Amino acid sequence: MSFIRLEPRGQASKTMVYATPLLAVALTLLSGFILFLAMGFDPLKALYSFFVAPVTSVRGLGELVVKATPLVLCAVGLAIGFRANVWNIGAEGQLTLGAITGGGLALAFYGEGGWWLLPLMVIGGAIGGAVWAAVPAYLRLRFNASEILTSLMLNYVALLLLNYLVHGPYRDPDGFAFPESRLFEADAVLPILWSGTRVHLGALFALAAVAGGWLLIARTFIGFQIKVIGLTPAAAGYAGFDQKRIVWLTLLLSGALAGIAGMGEIAGPIGQVTASISPGYGYTAIIVAFLGRLHPVGILLAALLMALSFIGGEAAQIAMGLPKAITGVFQGMLLFFLLASDVLIRYRVRFGVRRAAA
Amino acid sequence: MNDLALIGPILAAMFAAATPLLFAALGELVVEKSGVLNLGVEGMMLVGAVCGFAVTVQTGSAVTGFLAAAFAGAATSSLFAVLTLFLLANQVATGLALTLFGVGLSALIGQGFVGIPLEGLPKLYVPGLTDLPVVGQALFGQDIMVYLAVAAVPLVHLFLYRTRAGLVLRAVGENHTAAHALGYKVLRIRFLAVLFGGAMAGLGGAFLSMDYTPMWAENMTSGRGWIALALVVFATWKPVRAMLGAWLFGGVTILQLHVQGLGIDVPSQLLSMLPYLATVLVLVLISRDVARIRLNAPACLGKLFHPDA
Repeated sequence: MSFIRLEPRGQASKTMVYATPLLAVALTLLSGFILFLAMGFDPLKALYSFFVAPVTSVRGLGELVVKATPLVLCAVGLAIGFRANVWNIGAEGQLTLGAITGGGLALAFYGEGGWWLLPLMVIGGAIGGAVWAAVPAYLRLRFNASEILTSLMLNYVALLLLNYLVHGPYRDPDGFAFPESRLFEADAVLPILWSGTRVHLGALFALAAVAGGWLLIARTFIGFQIKVIGLTPAAAGYAGFDQKRIVWLTLLLSGALAGIAGMGEIAGPIGQVTASISPGYGYTAIIVAFLGRLHPVGILLAALLMALSFIGGEAAQIAMGLPKAITGVFQGMLLFFLLASDVLIRYRVRFGVRRAAA
Repeated sequence: MNDLALIGPILAAMFAAATPLLFAALGELVVEKSGVLNLGVEGMMLVGAVCGFAVTVQTGSAVTGFLAAAFAGAATSSLFAVLTLFLLANQVATGLALTLFGVGLSALIGQGFVGIPLEGLPKLYVPGLTDLPVVGQALFGQDIMVYLAVAAVPLVHLFLYRTRAGLVLRAVGENHTAAHALGYKVLRIRFLAVLFGGAMAGLGGAFLSMDYTPMWAENMTSGRGWIALALVVFATWKPVRAMLGAWLFGGVTILQLHVQGLGIDVPSQLLSMLPYLATVLVLVLISRDVARIRLNAPACLGKLFHPDA
C-alpha cells in the first residue's frame, strides 16, 4: 500500500538495541547544528563550545562527574521500576525530600557533629526519599491511583516544602533573611575524592548503585520477577509472583536512591540547603534511564552524556551567549530521536510497494 | 457583610482559574477516547502559552495569538502522534518526552519575551446583568475565552455521543482491531484526535499567558497540564464532569489565594500545595472504584496499533 512500510522482525534485533542510542545522539547533534544555524550562530563553533570545550580541563571533567552523580543515582532506581511497569516520575520530589531530611540532620546536629553524622545523613536522605515514594506506592496498591500522576504531583509539593523550610525553620539565623540554611560544618560535607575538582564521595555511591542495580536485575530472583512482570504481567500472575511486593520494592528503592542523590547535592557541591538544589535532575534521569536501555551500565554512560548537556549549556551560555534553555531542548530532542529510532529494534523498514502473496 | 462582598470576585476568579484546565482536559479527553494516552499536556500547554504570547506581542492581535497557540499546540502534539502512531513508540515515554521537550522549547522561544506586559482580554459587560450582586461578575463579566471553554463542553459531548464521527472515534478507542476490520482508518482518526488535544492544550496555555496572568514566565503552567490529565480520570471520560472538576480545581486555586486574605496565618508555600494535594486526593477517591474506572476507560487506552500485524 504505502511506499515505506514497517515489517515486524521475527526477533528483536540485538544490534539495534545498542545502535539506536548512538543513532539518536547523531540525529540530535545534526538537529543542534540546524538549530544553531537557524538562530544565527556559527553551528560548528557552538557545538564545540557546547559539547567539547567544557571537558577539555580537569575541572570540567570533574564537573561532568559531579553532575552525572545524581543522574545515575536517580536513573538506576527509575529504570528498575520502569522494567516492572512502575512509572515513578517523582524522582525530582524524592531527591528534594532526601535533601530536606539529610540537610535537616546536618542542621539539627550543627556544632555537635562527629564522624557518625555523614552516615546518618545518608540514611536519613534515603529514608526521606523512600517515604516520599511510598505514597504513590500505597495509593496505587490500596486505591488503584496512577503512580504517574501521584508521584508527579508530589514533586511540586516537595519543592514547595523545601521552599517553606528555607524561608522558615531551616533559614540561617545570621543570614540576613536570605532563604538559605547555614553552611554545613566539615563533618556534614562529603569528602572530595579528586583534588582540584568538586568530585565528592557521592560519585562512589553512584558506582555502587550501578553495581547493585546490575546484580539485582541480572543475578537475583527478584530481578527475574521484575523482568517477567514488565514483559508479561499475566505470566507473572500465573507464576504466582507477588506483584504488590514488586511495586513496593521498586518504588521504595528508587525513592531511596533519589533521596541519597538529593542528600549528596546539599552535602556535596552545594554545602547548605537552598531553595534550588536541582536543575531538574529527577526529570532528566527519566531520559537517562531510557537512553541507557534501562541497564545500569548503559545508564552510567547516558548520565555522563546528559551531564555534558548540563555543563555544555552553562558553558555555551558564557562563551557564546546561547540561552541556557537550549539544554532542555537538546535533552528532549535526544529522547524523541531515541524513541523514534527504537522502532528499528522490532521492525524492519521496507521500501517499495508490497506485492500480493502469490 | 464584608464576606458576602468577597464571594462575587471569588466566584468570578474561580471560573477564570478553571478555564485553562477545562481547555486542556477536554482536549485530552477526546484523545483518550480514541485510545491514546498523551502525557505531554504540560509541554503542549507551555508551547501554546509562549507562542500565543509572542504572536500577540508581535501582531497586537489576541485573536491571531490564540490561533497561533492552537496551531503551535497541534504542531507539538503531531510529534507525539508520529512517534506513537507510526513509529510505535511507547506512549508513556513519548508523552514524558513531549513534556520535557515542551518545557525546554518554550523557555527557548520565550527568552526574549520575559518581562513584557500584555493587556489581557476585555471583559464582557452587560448593563444590569453584570452588576447583579454575587453572581453578576462571575456569570456575565468574563472574557470570551472563559465562555468558549464552557461552550466547548456540550460541543465535545455532542460530537462524541451524537455524531457518526464521534461514534467511530469511540469505537477506535474501545477496540482498534475491530474498527480496523470494519475499514476505519484507526491511525488517521487517532492522529486527528491527538491534533485536537494539542490545539486545546495550546489554547489553555495561551489563556494563562495572554489573559489569566498576562505575561510569559518559564514553566508558568506549573503542573496544570498534569492536573488536566488527572481531571480526565476524575471525569471518568465524560465532558460535563470534566467541567465540574475544572471548576472544583479553579475553586481550590482561588481559595489558596484568599485564605490569607481572610486572616488565617498559614505560610504561603503550604497553601500553594493545595491544588496538587487536591489532585492526589481526587484521584484516590475516583480510582478506588476499580469497576467504575474499568467500565468507563476506553478499552484500548495506551495500547499500540500496527495495521499490518
